[in-house]
Amino acid sequence: MKTTVDHLLALGDDALIAAQRLGEWVAAAPELEEDVALANIALDQLGAARLLLTYAGELEGAGRDEDALAYLRDDREFRNCLLVELPNGDFAVTMAKLLFLAAYQLTLYTALSGCADERLAAIASKARKEVAYHLDHARLWTVRLGDGTAESHRRMQAAVDEIWPYTHELFLPDPTAPVDPAGLRAEFLAIVEPVLAEATLERPADDWAPEGGRRGLHTEHLSYLLAEMQVLHRAHPGARW
Amino acid sequence: MSDDPRTRTGGGAPAKTADRSGWPLWEVFVRPRRGLAHHHVGSLHAPDAELALRNARDLYTRRQEGVSIWVVPAAAITASSPDEKDAFFAPAADKVYRHPTFYEVPEGAAHL
Amino acid sequence: MSGCNTCSVHGHHFPEPGDGPASGLLGQVEAAEAALRAAAERGRPGAPDGAAGDTDPQEYFTALIEADQKIEPRDWMPDAYRRTLIRQIAQHAHSEIIGMQPEGNWITRAPSLKRKAILLAKVQDEAGHGLYLYAAAETLGVSRDELVELLLAGRQKYSSIFNYPTLTWADVGAIGWLVDGAAIVNQVPLCRCSYGPYARAMIRICKEESFHQRQGYEILYTLAHGTPAQREMAQDAVNRWWYPSLAMFGPPDRDSTHSEQSMAWKIKRFSNDELRQRFVDMCVPQAEILGLRIPDPELRWNPERQSYDFTPPDYAELMRVISGDGPCNRQRMARRRRAHAEGAWVREAAAAYAAKRAARATAPTEVAA
Ligand SMILES: [Fe+2]
Ligand SMILES: [Fe+2]
Repeated sequence: MKTTVDHLLALGDDALIAAQRLGEWVAAAPELEEDVALANIALDQLGAARLLLTYAGELEGAGRDEDALAYLRDDREFRNCLLVELPNGDFAVTMAKLLFLAAYQLTLYTALSGCADERLAAIASKARKEVAYHLDHARLWTVRLGDGTAESHRRMQAAVDEIWPYTHELFLPDPTAPVDPAGLRAEFLAIVEPVLAEATLERPADDWAPEGGRRGLHTEHLSYLLAEMQVLHRAHPGARW
Repeated sequence: MSDDPRTRTGGGAPAKTADRSGWPLWEVFVRPRRGLAHHHVGSLHAPDAELALRNARDLYTRRQEGVSIWVVPAAAITASSPDEKDAFFAPAADKVYRHPTFYEVPEGAAHL
Repeated sequence: MSGCNTCSVHGHHFPEPGDGPASGLLGQVEAAEAALRAAAERGRPGAPDGAAGDTDPQEYFTALIEADQKIEPRDWMPDAYRRTLIRQIAQHAHSEIIGMQPEGNWITRAPSLKRKAILLAKVQDEAGHGLYLYAAAETLGVSRDELVELLLAGRQKYSSIFNYPTLTWADVGAIGWLVDGAAIVNQVPLCRCSYGPYARAMIRICKEESFHQRQGYEILYTLAHGTPAQREMAQDAVNRWWYPSLAMFGPPDRDSTHSEQSMAWKIKRFSNDELRQRFVDMCVPQAEILGLRIPDPELRWNPERQSYDFTPPDYAELMRVISGDGPCNRQRMARRRRAHAEGAWVREAAAAYAAKRAARATAPTEVAA
């Protein structure tokens, strides 16, 4: 299938908004070592976002670079999934978000790294290595929190329950996409379910399945996130930084 | 290896032992390049070996300083197996902005 | 970055800026690293195998210091030397950690994706510096937990500079240029500190700091050559950060405690005022290239001294900020305490999991995990 601007925006916005949320953790992580780890993951996501948005801008051909796309679109123009824009919550919620996002991105990037669009394939194969690490990090923490203390188990289960419904949107069919996400859910479950089991957590039922992000219909959270992210850039139109 | 945790008291004050958090201290050894031996780069705290390795990778190889890491708990010397996947180190390769030469220094500006 | 904290500032030999190939800061760090290796190769005085033998430990310690050899964790050392180092390294580590906050404040609002990535990497480095330094302190027989407790209880200090707010994006530039710059002037001599683990940590840190200072300078340069509003933002930031940066070198020599003994132990080799002067002399030409004004009407070249005359910072203000009444002391400490308290359940969970797994591994009835 042919790569479209919207597909690149979906990938790039997922990474950008995930990075923005992870950046909020800086100087607030449960341990200093985790400050360093979360910043690393945020940097990887941000790096992927920049490559994808730059490509989207070039493909669009309207002269928009990564910053024009990141800073000068409104929430209705963002194509990220709802999962990444959800607030960080406690550390368990952040790890649940990261576990599901990284498992999804790993399957998707792996498939994309063999796609016909060489530029996209190159970005995907680089990002794939990074998200394999993110997945590992989230897995280690999910298991430790799930199988740690009574309190951590309760929090981790609550986090998984809260975030699980947002995973459905990741696999909505899109036959026009370079890789149709609908075909990736089985692989996603094959990654995630054993982690939940090892963590002594219950895999939530599949019922409520909120969606809309890919069409620009977001949660109320995104507009606030963008307000903060874009405030300075928008206050100085045309300035260089 | 002069920072050997087992011999961390010299004269003076005795060493304090266990951490209240229960996260033990790990010594970190990095092989900078193929063909070179692992050498001691510092230490960190982690609840277990797996997280110690992850933390060591994040902390001591942010600038591609290594191709392999060992972590050794202070109490009992054990070494991780150095079978790092390439995912483990590749991400640092594109972070050029971590290196001072990434920045343009205007002509004439000294001591930066 | 992180400054030298509160009072005692550190010092050691490094070549004068501009003399020879090692004139850049990185060159000075590399020279310190080479000196460290050279000292290691010279071996220790006394017994050829490096053992203290049956010499008096105090004499042996003094001989090592005099021979510019490093003191290592297993060596005998005077209690006061150990205490001085613990205090200084801990304050230095705390400064790196608290120092993440003022700049971290701008990560979510960085005005371009490139700047966001750079700032994230920089603030992450500061966390790394804190960790290297806590690790160095731990070789002296104190645990990181204890040091963190002392910080949270307000019984150990961090650099007063971080008690000032970052009000605009230009403050991120000013911190990189001035605050990291002052920290480097303080820290480069520490690469030659007589205590081995501290010296090695400082070498690693100083190499990383160079990127911090340059990214700050680049931010200010871009702003100073940008729109009128950006230029004004840059000048305003320099106006606010100049004197607090000068104060990072600590009180004037006449009021400085701890100095003489630290000099004798080769923990410190330059006085606060010497380092402050070196910093001013470094900054003035850099400010000219930026096209920004240093907010000091008394600033002028003194040909006799071959240095700039300048207005000293307000030391009474420095003391007020150190004692807790700076604009952000309460906010910084509250944030650190909150992160520590809110992370407790996570740290406990990881410890509990490790204990469970260890128990499972040794339980005779269970299959190996
Ligand atoms: Fe630092
Ligand atoms: Fe720094």
